[in-house]
Amino acid sequence: MEFLPTLWFVIVAVLWIGYLFLEGFDLGVGMHMLFSAKDEKQKRVMLNAIGPVWDGNEVWLITAGGAMFAAFPFWYASLFSALYIPLVVVLLGLIFRAVAIEYRGKGHTARWRRGWDLALGLGSLVSAFGIGAALALTTTGLPLDANGDRVGGAWAWFTGYAVLGGLAVVGFSLVHGAVFLALKTEGEVRHRARRFVKVALPIGLLPIAGWVLAIQFDTGSAVTWAMTAVAVLAAVVAWFANARGREGWAFMMLGGFILLGAAAIFTAVFPVVLPSTIDSAFDLTVTNASSSDYTLGVMSIVALFGVPLVLAYQGWTYWVFRKRVSPLHIPEAHPVVPAVRQ
Amino acid sequence: MDAIDPLLIARWQFGITTVYHFWMVPLTLGLGPVVAFMQMRWHRTGDDRWYRMTKFWGKLYLINFIMGVATGLVQEFQFGLAWSEYSRFVGDVFGAPLAMEALLAFFIESTFLGLWIFGWGRLPKRIHVACLWIAVAGSIVSAYFIIVANSWMQHPVGVELIDGRPVMVDIWALLGNNTAIAAFTHTIFGALAVGGGFMLGIAWYQLWQRRRDGIDTVDVEGRVIVGEAPEILGRDRADHRVWLSSLRIGAVVAMVAFAGVAVTGDLQAKLMFEQQPLKMAAAEGACHSGTSFSVLSVGNLGSTDCDDVTAIVEIHGALSFLAHGDFTTEIRGINELIPEYQRLYGTHLPDNPLYGERAGQEINYLPIMEVTYWGFRLMIGFGAIAAFAAAVALWLTRKGTVPRSKPLMQLAVLGIAAPFAANSAGWIFTEMGRQPFVVAPNPSGVDGVFMFTAAAVSPGVSFSEMLFSLVALTLVYGVLMVFELKLLIRYVRGGIASALPEMARRDDDDDRPDGRASDDDVLAFAY
Ligand code: HDD
Ligand code: HEM
Ligand code: HEM
Repeated sequence: MEFLPTLWFVIVAVLWIGYLFLEGFDLGVGMHMLFSAKDEKQKRVMLNAIGPVWDGNEVWLITAGGAMFAAFPFWYASLFSALYIPLVVVLLGLIFRAVAIEYRGKGHTARWRRGWDLALGLGSLVSAFGIGAALALTTTGLPLDANGDRVGGAWAWFTGYAVLGGLAVVGFSLVHGAVFLALKTEGEVRHRARRFVKVALPIGLLPIAGWVLAIQFDTGSAVTWAMTAVAVLAAVVAWFANARGREGWAFMMLGGFILLGAAAIFTAVFPVVLPSTIDSAFDLTVTNASSSDYTLGVMSIVALFGVPLVLAYQGWTYWVFRKRVSPLHIPEAHPVVPAVRQ
Repeated sequence: MDAIDPLLIARWQFGITTVYHFWMVPLTLGLGPVVAFMQMRWHRTGDDRWYRMTKFWGKLYLINFIMGVATGLVQEFQFGLAWSEYSRFVGDVFGAPLAMEALLAFFIESTFLGLWIFGWGRLPKRIHVACLWIAVAGSIVSAYFIIVANSWMQHPVGVELIDGRPVMVDIWALLGNNTAIAAFTHTIFGALAVGGGFMLGIAWYQLWQRRRDGIDTVDVEGRVIVGEAPEILGRDRADHRVWLSSLRIGAVVAMVAFAGVAVTGDLQAKLMFEQQPLKMAAAEGACHSGTSFSVLSVGNLGSTDCDDVTAIVEIHGALSFLAHGDFTTEIRGINELIPEYQRLYGTHLPDNPLYGERAGQEINYLPIMEVTYWGFRLMIGFGAIAAFAAAVALWLTRKGTVPRSKPLMQLAVLGIAAPFAANSAGWIFTEMGRQPFVVAPNPSGVDGVFMFTAAAVSPGVSFSEMLFSLVALTLVYGVLMVFELKLLIRYVRGGIASALPEMARRDDDDDRPDGRASDDDVLAFAY
């Protein structure tokens, strides 16, 4: 196996896992805005809990896309163009979500806030679903021809695996978002989140477990089966930790679950990055989809310098904002009135 | 179903989304450093005026920033979505600057901006302002990397052709591409022009509002007599200084920016005569070789037979000066260049399945001349108007306030649009002038490293998919523009108090029942 393409496969996998772990709770909190808060204060508690970090978390997605483009242009080109419609919908969802987070608090009518809540919640939902579908399909395959282009029309991607992957990320995000809220907030939001996790964790993680297992039955090895087993164990521990009020542990264990579960998937499919369901001769692999060694070398140096730096200052941000958000912290909304003499 | 070539839709989509993205970006790039500067002045001097300015302009900066983020996501995905063949062809070179942008700029930008927004009163002051400076630096670095990518499409360097694809052999050639250096500096100055004009227009409006409400008056010599209106939130004496300073800073920034834009634009023009001679000739409507710069030409610019074009106003020698710095060197015109392009790059698109139905079509090397010609002139024209207006504004406000004239105020507010328009015109000129290439050939580079736009579009994506995304994105962008403008206008009309909750809260402070945490904590939560 060639070293640099393999290294870059690992880096791309790490970026996607980092994205699922970090943005997972942002997306989850976004969806919880639809149904978990009892009043305006609670909504703002939830939103401000992700406030300082959500944009930084989203950059993991941009970087994962950019890294795929730089290191595996053929993977990037084939996957993205084959999934044209779902990814456009993901983009629309992410656009609405981002704008909603910033704008909802800047208006003062109930209608304004309700509208943005909907944009935020549904935007998070469709983004999570679409990204899950895309990730699942890159592991299970798409009908690609020799040039790497999708055949079979605009909906050829829409298969059981797409739905499974979509539900996997939606379910995980809902649970992860609640675990995060339990960890980062104070008061009723925290207690409701914990109750939600108790009930929802076993159901919410089912699709993602289904996806991991499907891959393992297909191409799993002893190592990836072991990773899968530990991942499931971590999920169980997370449930107990949550039930006993150990929110930090619950969060870490759920993080361990996604990390190991996704790693088990990526390891099992290696070295294929995007199988063709038409003919395995058309499979995109780590070698035939990658950039030249020079480009990968340059990018490796950049990553060697950049990734630790990113981890350091993002870690610092979490430290700065480590305090729980409580309704007591939330100021009254202040209306903006024209500074003119009437 | 394939009534329209998907290529055409893909191009419209890229054009619309990118021009739109580049309405937010220059404001971010232009306003960011100024806000950071204000906060630094506040820390240095302790003067409340700078605090208010930081808060107010910072608020507008954030309202705009988020739209840049939201639309930037589309940009990143778009190459793979609609331009997969392009991504495959150039991926080895072009992906690298995009990935670097994400890793080295976007992370910094988003993380440190989060720290700045939520860090008021929570971070030590020096660290807090440093966070904003770092975020601003991130924006500038991001602009650099994306322009490195774009400049490679204008002037491909640092590659070899292996198996029919450009393969990167020298990253430094990419990063130091003279086209990129010129375009980057030009874009940054263009962005500062936007930031300056924005501040100038809004500050003018505020000063005018104070005069209209009878708060500020002038004495017989026209000098301002500052007043206050305690019943209107924020309209105290300090308020006047806030707007006057903002206006002056904005005007100076806009003027400096225009000087910078002129110098760097001249640099770009000189490079373009070498690197994309046909684009420049088309920008000049220059059919025949010669030395004159046309200020105004009429006739059928769009016709390929450019004998239809008549120059009305010409400056003899100016074109040579633009290109070479002298007045006599002949600049090659369109009639001479087109046969040369045909000889070098072929007369018809290759019979390759990648071109789909477009295979074998005749290639038109002349970009749409109305666009290049007028794009170039509108860019310079709008920029010049804005710079001139800034100078006039400084003169009119020398005695401390603005005239009472309402049309003049409306003109100042309308003027905010001029630098935006200059930027859009410049980019449309640059990108459409590059046609029919998506990667323009480098006359002194490696043979064969170029790509026709007709080959770049995703072969597997159908007409209806493209149409769906074009319509959906355009509609969503349109709707969001309404919301952004609505919010900007609301906060502008609210004046300083709109960005300073503590000012609004002053009187109802004691009827708060709860033992709320300290005020610093309250302020830190932005959403
Ligand atoms: C406020 C905005 C603004 C203003 C006043 C100007 N420009 Fe500009 N111009 C831009 C904003 C801009 C831009 C939008 O930022 C572009 C698009 C691509 C680029 O690199 O910058 C651009 C492109 C651009 C190009 C095309 C480069 C290419 O196609 O590769 C040239 C030759 C110039 N400019 C030259 C000038 C000159 C001689 C100006 C005289 C004052 C000028 N520009 C004013
Ligand atoms: C923000 C500034 C930019 C603006 C306003 C802009 C505008 C445009 C426009 C109007 C087109 C359509 C041209 C046509 O079809 O005739 C276009 C095409 C394109 N631009 Fe840009 N562009 C910008 C920056 C960039 C950058 C930075 C890149 C690369 C990183 C880029 C890459 C492309 C590509 C790939 C196409 C599609 C192919 C084509 O039609 O030529 N653009 N752009
Ligand atoms: C000359 C053209 C461009 C410049 C100077 C530019 C610069 C910037 C800047 C300064 C930002 C910061 C946020 C803001 O806009 O408020 C931004 C956001 C973004 N831009 Fe552009 N951009 C350009 C075109 C593009 C293109 C063609 C792409 C596609 C690769 C792109 C991708 C992005 C992304 C993904 C973001 C979001 C970053 C975040 O989440 O923080 N941009 N761009």
